[in-house]
This record gives sequence, structure tokens and C-alpha cells, in this order.
Amino acid sequence: MIPAFSVVLLTVASGAGYGMLAWLGVLNALRLLPASPWFGVGAVLVSLALSAVALFVSTLHLGHPERAWRAVSQWRSSWLSREGVMALLTNLPALGFAAAWFFAGRAIGVTVVLGLLAAACGLATVACQAMIYATLRPIRQWCNPLVLPNLLLLALFSGAAWLAAAVALAGYSPRIEAALGVVFGIAALLTKLGYWRRIDAAPPVATIESATGLGRIGPVRSLESPHTEENYLLREMGYAIARKHAARLRQIALALGFAVPALLLAVGIAAGVTPNRGLLPIAAVVGLLGIYIERWLFFAQATHTVTLYYGRRI
Amino acid sequence: MTSIPTPGAKKLGLVIDLDTCVGCHACAVNCKEWNTSGHSAPLTDFSAYQDHPDGVWLNRVHTYEAGIGPDSRTVHFPRSCLHCEDPPCVTVCPTGASYKRAEDGIVLVNAEICIGCKLCSWACPYGAREFDEDQGVMRKCTLCIDRIYNTNLPEQERQPACVATCPARARHFGDLGDPTSAVSQLVAERGGFDLMPEMECKPVNKYLPPRRRPTPAAPAEAPRPAGSNSVLRWIDRVLSR
Repeated sequence: MIPAFSVVLLTVASGAGYGMLAWLGVLNALRLLPASPWFGVGAVLVSLALSAVALFVSTLHLGHPERAWRAVSQWRSSWLSREGVMALLTNLPALGFAAAWFFAGRAIGVTVVLGLLAAACGLATVACQAMIYATLRPIRQWCNPLVLPNLLLLALFSGAAWLAAAVALAGYSPRIEAALGVVFGIAALLTKLGYWRRIDAAPPVATIESATGLGRIGPVRSLESPHTEENYLLREMGYAIARKHAARLRQIALALGFAVPALLLAVGIAAGVTPNRGLLPIAAVVGLLGIYIERWLFFAQATHTVTLYYGRRI
Repeated sequence: MTSIPTPGAKKLGLVIDLDTCVGCHACAVNCKEWNTSGHSAPLTDFSAYQDHPDGVWLNRVHTYEAGIGPDSRTVHFPRSCLHCEDPPCVTVCPTGASYKRAEDGIVLVNAEICIGCKLCSWACPYGAREFDEDQGVMRKCTLCIDRIYNTNLPEQERQPACVATCPARARHFGDLGDPTSAVSQLVAERGGFDLMPEMECKPVNKYLPPRRRPTPAAPAEAPRPAGSNSVLRWIDRVLSR
């Protein structure tokens, strides 16, 4: 599958944004965040900005961006529609949470409830996004039970790293956020390794024999393609460039997405506030870059059954 | 609505005979010709007369080799929308542009509200949908909905363009929901099958398998003596008559 920049960025940045929002809601309920109203408003707005930018960029890949509003109508059947609905809905409790924190204080019941509601809505948005991929049967690398937990854990990991950076930049001690980042980073890493192992070992979901129904005669091979040039189907679903470098790119994703941020977060737990102002933003940005490569591979390594008709292996 | 309607009795679709298809691509060309000016117009082409031509086609003809040795054969294989009973391309659509008609089971795209997110083309296992980069909307086979119900056309022409044009009569159009229809009987008689049944989309269109050919008879006579003498070869030929 083609790793379109806008779609890859959408899943990476909105994951970090909603993950950060989720931690803001949960940690505030546990009274583990700085009490400053300016920190509350700033951090919630940063988390919403991450997902809003991602949503805006993702509309650029549409054939008709001006019709994007129509996408919220089919939530009864479509996970993409549900994602759109949840992404818009999340803004209500999230902005309410920021406003309540700023005007009424963070420990007030309303603030706590709105924060938890925003956390739940944000994670639900990530879950809807994961289900778009996890329900596409022609793509075995996506229609996979590890996709949903993996995307949720990566969102919580990158969200914790971004929140730790925000706490440090605001001049507070980010120990708890950094520790959560390390724990969820390890959990995300384990599910990602399991996912890679699974897609490398799983058999194809269909064969050229079942796709053509000609297996009754014997093994089938493509003799002639309907067209001499690449068409939409092969460009979109037959993307094959990354497979050559997959092993190397996985190592880069592991280093940038997990090893470097985990190391910096671990140092950040021990370090004081002042060195963390430099360390933790680096961890957040490098981690997101590594997760971008991981997500790029998630697309580039996915194979679609339509390519069977063109004699490709899936 | 992108929820699947309660299935009606009528299931219009195609039956494609892989035994008689000669791979002439006339169905694909006539499909393009009709649909570039009909319900799905325009089916955009890019650099049609230069290097790297590209464009939207709703029907593509592949050619395969199946089997090994004397039993192997070349099979021409037209591929288009199968108008599935359980079409994943419809349920994933976020806008309701992709829909299945309750009255005859035809799967269509409303180009007026399609946002061009391409998710339906990802959801289809068969590659039946192609994106029109110029118009920014998804295109697919309409089963020539603007022909089959078109009262301006003489009745014998009210069938999909691909069926009307096929010189080998390899394509048949009809109601596959009616067990007594000609197409249903053809499917029953010839053992028509579904493509990729493991995807559980329940395609309406059926494909008829290539017929088994009779095993070629053994050579009737012993090999002639191989000689270089042309007179002996001539005598051998005369005596062999």
C-alpha cells in the first residue's frame, strides 16, 4: 500500500496528540500534574493542535477536500466516519477541560470529569482509526489483531513523551510522565516486535489460483497484464519500493522510535529540571520521527489481494 | 446509506465464460467508450497518445497460463466489479457516496458526494474500483445502469456494453437471484464459481470454468523411417496415403 505522506502523518501526529490528551486527563484526575492554569491550557492546546494539524493535512489527500464534512454521516457502518465524528467530538470535553482548569481550578469535580471524558474520547478516536485498517480483509498486514493494541500503545507512548517534554519546558519535574513514557514505550515495542514477527510468518490470505478460480486446472501464472503501464491500482496497492529496505528501516525505526527516546526519558527521570528542558523535547521529536518511519513501513509493507491478478506475491 | 440494504430478490450481474473468452479486449474498449460519455463520464485519460498512458478503466482483461504440461492452457480473464452481496467497499464509505441498490443489487458511486478518500478501493479485494485523478472521485462498473433501464434504446440493446459487444458470446447478463433465469441455469449447468470466496464478499458475478478438452489421441502410425534419401521419403509418403 502506498505510504501517502498525509495519511502517515495523520496517524502519527494524531496518535501523539490524543495520547498526550489522554495522559493530561488521567494524570490530572490523580493530581499528578503541575497546578498552573497556564500549563493546563497550554498543554491541552498543544495536544489538540497536534491532532488538528494532522486532520487538516489528511484532508489534502482527498479528491474533494471541500466535501470532507460529508464524512461524518456514515458512522453506523464506517470506521473512517466514526474516526471523523470522534475527532470532532473530542474537542468539546477537551476545550471544556482546559477552560474549567483555567477558570475553576484543576481539582474541581467538573475539571476532573471533563478531563477523563476528553481522555476517553481521544483514545476512542485512535481506536476508530486503528479499526479502519484492522477491518480491511484484502490486506493481511492490517487485518490483524495486533494492529489495534499496537496503535493505542504507540499513541500512549508518544503522548507521554510529549507531555514529559511539555512539563519540563514549563519548568516542572517530569519524572512521572517520563516513567510512563518508558513503561509504555516498552509495551509498544513488544507489540510492534510481535506484529512484525506475525506478518513475516503469516501465510497469504489468498492466492492467484483462488483469485482467478483457475487452480482447478493447476498452478496459475500471469502471462499478460491488461496494460503495459502502471495504473491506479498498481500505484496505490502495489507499492513495492520499501520491501527492499524493510530490514534496515525496521532497525532505524527501533533506534529512533524506541531506543533513543527511552534512553533520554530514563536520563530525564534522574536529571533535574534544567537539563530536561533540552533532553525531553529531543526525546519527543526523535520518537515521533522513529514512529513516522514505523508507520511508513506499516503502509509500505502491506500487500493487497488485487496485486495477485498482476502475478505478484502477497 | 452505506449500510447494506436488506437484499432484494433481484441480483443483476454478469456471467463470464472463461472457456470461450478469446481475450480480444473488445468488452474493455466498449465499456470505456460507453462509460466515458454516460453515467460515469468522464473516464479521464492522461497522456493517452504519449509515453506512459494512464487512465480509468472499469474492465480489464488479464491473460493467464493455468496448469502444467499437455493439460495446461491459456485463459483470458476479464476483471470488473462483481456487485457483491456483501460489498466491503460500501460499508467503509464515510459519506454514503458508495451504495448498493436494494431493488437490483447494483453497487454504485454517487460522484456528486464522493470525497475521493479512496478507502473503498482499499476495501475491495478484486481491484474493481479505480480513482479518477482528474475528477477527484472513485469510478466503478455501473453494470451499464444507463443502458439496461434505458427505454430510449431498442429492447435488445438494453444490456451492458461489454455483453453487447462480445464477439465470442463469452459474457452473459441477467438476474442471478432468479434460479430459473438463463444466467442462473448456465451457472448451474457449467459449474460457475466465485472469485476469492475466502474474502466472504459473496460476489454476484460468476465465472464459468474452461471446459476439459478431450485427451489428444495417440499418433495413429509408427514413426516413419528417418532417411535422407528423397526418393525413399516420396515412396513413404505415397504408401502412407
